[in-house]
Amino acid sequence: MKAIVNISLKEGVLDSQGKAVHHALDALKFDSVDDVRVGKQIVLELASDDAEKAKAEVTEMCESLLANTVIEDYAIEIIA
Amino acid sequence: MKITIVQFPGTNCEYDTEYAFKELGCTTEIIWHKETELPSDTDLLVIAGGFSYGDYLRSGAIARFSPVMDAAKRYADEGGKVLGICNGFQVLTEAQMLPGALKRNEGLHFISKHHHLKVANSENAFLNKCDVDEVLNIPIAHHDGNFFIDQEGLEALYANDQVLLHYCDENGSSKNPNGSVDAIAGITNKEKNIFGLMPHPERAMEALLGSDDGRKMLEGFLSA
Repeated sequence: MKAIVNISLKEGVLDSQGKAVHHALDALKFDSVDDVRVGKQIVLELASDDAEKAKAEVTEMCESLLANTVIEDYAIEIIA
Repeated sequence: MKITIVQFPGTNCEYDTEYAFKELGCTTEIIWHKETELPSDTDLLVIAGGFSYGDYLRSGAIARFSPVMDAAKRYADEGGKVLGICNGFQVLTEAQMLPGALKRNEGLHFISKHHHLKVANSENAFLNKCDVDEVLNIPIAHHDGNFFIDQEGLEALYANDQVLLHYCDENGSSKNPNGSVDAIAGITNKEKNIFGLMPHPERAMEALLGSDDGRKMLEGFLSA
C-alpha cells in the first residue's frame, strides 16, 4: 500500500516560490494562470493493508513531522 | 558561568559560539545531540546555528526529535535559559518551544550580510544590556528566516513584550530583508526564558571584523 502526502503552504501564508513561478509563467505568456502554489510530495510505501488504519497513521506522521501545521496544510491519498 | 552548546550533525556555529562566550569569560561545553542529559552546571543552553540534518524536510524539523531536545525541554520547563541562534531558532519553533515558524526568505535567496536590528524589548535575561530602540549591527546568514505567525499569535507576542528585535536600516527605520511578519528578527516565549533569533550575535564580537555589537547582546546573560 502506498500513501501520497501533498504538503503546501496554508491559504493566507505567502508562497514566495509559487509567486516566482507565476511571474515566470507570465513572462512565457501563459496568461491563463490565476494563481500558483508550490508544495512538496512525500510518497510512503506502507506494509499495512488496512487503508483506514494506514490513513490514521499517516495523519499522525503529518501532524508530528511531515508538515509544520503552523504554516502548512497536508492532504493524504492512500493507494491500495 | 557555564554555557552548554548543542551540536547536531550539520551544526556549524558551535565553535564561533564557544569563542564568543569564552571571550566573555564563560566556561563552555559542546555536547553531541545524542546526549539525554545536560551538564548539571549549565547556566545557559545554546542551540547554535548551522544546517542540522542538512535542513532536510524543513529547517530544524528533524533535529527537534534528537534526544538532547527532550533534555532541553525539561531544562526550559524548570526555568533554565535557552538561546537558539539561526538554525537554533528554527529548531525551537519546530519543537514548539517558541511560537511561529520560519519560512523560506521572501526573495528566495540565501542572505549573508551585516544587517541592522532595533531592540524592541530589553527587560529580559537576554537584551538587558541594550536599550529599547537601540540599533545594533549584526550579521545574518539564512535561507529560511522569514518569520511567520498568525494575527492572534502576533498580538499575543506584542501584548507580552515577547518581540525582541526588528530588522531595520542604520537609522532604525524598518527594513525587512526576508519578509518576516513586522520585520521580526527575534522573539522570546511567554515565560521569557527561551530566546530565538535569526541574526548571529556570536559573529559580531570584534570591531575589526565589522561589529562588536554581539558582545553587548550576549553579555546580558551574564548579569541575569
